[in-house]
Amino acid sequence: MGVDMTKIPHLDCISQNGVYRGVPERDFSTFNARMRASDKILPSLREAIARTGLRDGMTISFHHHFRNGDYIVNMVLDEIASMGIKNLTVAASSLSSCHAPMIEHIRNGVVTHIETSGLRGELAEQISRGLMEVPVVFRSHGGRAAAIARGELHIDVAFLGAPSCDPYGNANGYNRDEENATICGSMGYAKVDAQYADQVVVITDHIVRFPNTPFGIPESQVDYIVSVERIGDPSGIMSGATRYTKNPKELLIAKTAADLIEASGYFYDGFSMQMGSGGASLATARFLREKMEQRGLQARFALGGITGQIVEMHEAGLVEKILDVQSFDLIAANSLKNNRFHQQIDGSYYAGYDNEGAAVNQLDFVVLSALEIDTNFDVNVITGSDGVIRGAIGGHPDTAAGASLSVVVAPLTRGRIPTIVHRVNTVVTPGAAVDVVVTDQGVAVNPRRADLIERFRKAGMPLFTIEQLRARAERIVGTPEPIRYRDRVIGLVLYRDNTVLDVIRQIDET
Amino acid sequence: MKRLRRSMLFVPGNNPGMVRDAHIYGSDSIMFDLEDSVAVTEKDAARFLVYNALTHLKYGSKELVVRINDLGSGLGVADLEAIVRAQPDVIRLPKTECARDVIDCEREIERIERAAGIPVGRTGMMAAIESARGVLNAYEIATASKRLIGIALGAEDYVTDLKTTRSDGTELFFARNMILNAARAAGIDALDTVYSDVNNEEGFIAEATLIKKLGFNGKSVINPRQIPPLHRVFLPSEKELNKARAIMEAIEEANARGSGVASLNGKMIDKPVVLRAQYLLELAEAASIIPIEEV
Amino acid sequence: MQIKKTGVAGTVESSDIIVRIEPREEPGVELTLTSSVMQQFGRQIEKVIRETLAELGVESALVDAVDKGALDCTVRARTAAAAYRAAECTDYVWRTKG
Repeated sequence: MGVDMTKIPHLDCISQNGVYRGVPERDFSTFNARMRASDKILPSLREAIARTGLRDGMTISFHHHFRNGDYIVNMVLDEIASMGIKNLTVAASSLSSCHAPMIEHIRNGVVTHIETSGLRGELAEQISRGLMEVPVVFRSHGGRAAAIARGELHIDVAFLGAPSCDPYGNANGYNRDEENATICGSMGYAKVDAQYADQVVVITDHIVRFPNTPFGIPESQVDYIVSVERIGDPSGIMSGATRYTKNPKELLIAKTAADLIEASGYFYDGFSMQMGSGGASLATARFLREKMEQRGLQARFALGGITGQIVEMHEAGLVEKILDVQSFDLIAANSLKNNRFHQQIDGSYYAGYDNEGAAVNQLDFVVLSALEIDTNFDVNVITGSDGVIRGAIGGHPDTAAGASLSVVVAPLTRGRIPTIVHRVNTVVTPGAAVDVVVTDQGVAVNPRRADLIERFRKAGMPLFTIEQLRARAERIVGTPEPIRYRDRVIGLVLYRDNTVLDVIRQIDET
Repeated sequence: MKRLRRSMLFVPGNNPGMVRDAHIYGSDSIMFDLEDSVAVTEKDAARFLVYNALTHLKYGSKELVVRINDLGSGLGVADLEAIVRAQPDVIRLPKTECARDVIDCEREIERIERAAGIPVGRTGMMAAIESARGVLNAYEIATASKRLIGIALGAEDYVTDLKTTRSDGTELFFARNMILNAARAAGIDALDTVYSDVNNEEGFIAEATLIKKLGFNGKSVINPRQIPPLHRVFLPSEKELNKARAIMEAIEEANARGSGVASLNGKMIDKPVVLRAQYLLELAEAASIIPIEEV
Repeated sequence: MQIKKTGVAGTVESSDIIVRIEPREEPGVELTLTSSVMQQFGRQIEKVIRETLAELGVESALVDAVDKGALDCTVRARTAAAAYRAAECTDYVWRTKG
């Protein structure tokens, strides 16, 4: 019976484990007792940080599902600072105005570099004025997912706040068993960090019994768990319901955008869509809903940051499936919890640049907001008219490039600031990915899309050139003097493939 | 082509943002208000604002109307001194009680036109009737000046005068019919009052449908959101349009034949029928135009 | 036009400007301007305020303006209204359009 055992592949590996030595001592306590006795929960955040082996020069990551109600970033940085660790890179999926305390940690050398989708508030102001030596790296959600997967953005330790977590690390943005104090719905951006970070610490204010199903983050990806009093301010994390705007100008823009979409050829039974946040883009959903009801159309899926309006359409049978990378309000979060076809997806599934099947690539149309649009159709959503950082890239370039029809909605002017300009302050989404610009005072179609121009003309929709819109804005507000910048670069804007698209310079206030 | 006046958007005269954007919502007319929407301490400031907007901003082909304060308030003449020189299309006179009110106002307008070097008669007028007495005098008001392009009902003051409140429209039935009849007898337009519950679109549409049935040319609106539903109410049906087109074709055919008499399906078409057909076609054309124009 | 007292016109709403005009001992107009669009339109707003005052014959005044993105015609309207109020004058002069 000459069996040649050496032909078993990887025999060397198997033989390393040796011969069966018996079942390790079994635990005969109850499941409940075991859950209490052995778990990944550590007594303090400090101990968790110590156990990860975090040291100078490493990269730590955070998610932004708690938006402006987040306590995690400040809590973790304060602890790290008190432990004397310095020279860290903070790689957050995004940062909000509640993260202003980071300014102090930048000044004292705890944080020396930031990679994020966006910055707001005092932190953004200070960075725009030259707070950091090293430029901030700005990525889109899809670009970040790709950079993490490729290893271009290597995360040493991810600190992920979670509204529910069981003793072994199954974590989620909600919980099906009990009412949570904090709820954020989808944890889509955190899922990528959990998957790729060397060490994952889940910070929660709600330890639930095993198994916490469904989970957004599986226990296999979690190393340590810390239980804290509060992970965030619920009112800053999400409001009860996103309300449709009552602003007549936004409604006018939304109505026009819906009419254009209807005439575009991408509004058919089984279409797919995403609505950006922002009054006019959200309101577009309302007008589309009316058209869907009139014509008996159903959407195959709605993608993105999800609001109550999309949920209502889903529950009314107008949207078959919801793919939710980030829930914008409590209605969306509760729908994720209760509706079978409301699915939590991660940042890579949503928009990952290297991911052929990324949901953004399956979009018929997306409606997006903008701070500025220029005559090349380039769009800025990150720097304000004064050159100061005040926004986030988000999924803007991902969805614009992925969708078959990208619609950008914006008022022609905001106060005295023109929205349509010769050159945007910062290119975030290149004009090649932008098809239609809808303002309250006219629509322009990118000349690259002759097919759309023809369709809209046939439908009798009046069109302008983007230059006509720019001139119209300037006639109303006058010619603004250019913003003054210094030479010093304070931010790099990467396109979704992580190539350098633009730089942000320090503003010159002298 | 005669102006359509389906919608007249009220714009508070002391609100620069609303004054700036008044033309983007697609109303047929814009009415800048110096009267009720302006606090008594801000009358001068609103006058400066509306004057400067009219002289510096472009509103395209919109009919521009300014509601002045009534002459009895002591502010009306000062309003006219500024506004007539800024040359809107129409001055709207509030609280018109009788022909005398119109004549007094016209006299001031004419004096200012002469002083300002504006062709006399260029400034149009409309009179808002807002009291029981005004309603009874509707016809003498409507015929008091050649400048009048229309008369309007101002219901808020009117119902107070009647010692009632706004409800389902029963309370306005007499006033509406009276004003409409007077306007038609005088050959000018009749415009209905505002509907102030902005969030009640159903109620608004019901009222708009009612006044269209009565024969009004249009209605004042206080929020841009009311404009699209109002215009939808005024949109003729496909059946009406087909008939109107057939009538106009028959007329053209008759003209081509050199005949002054046109007939359709064996019936002679008389002038009122032609006018009605023309009006319906104009409404349809206006509805098909998306309200964005080069200004 | 003689500035006799403090005159204020305008609001702090978006697209408006609040202009405050006070008597000044010395000749000349001393202007303080704060604007939400200072970099882009600060000089233009100042020019319009000064021009409007010059047209009204205001030779001496202390002017404080807080702008929230007002268009030139609004700046002109608010400046004129504040000046007339500060001069306690109602003899308005209106030019014919065109």
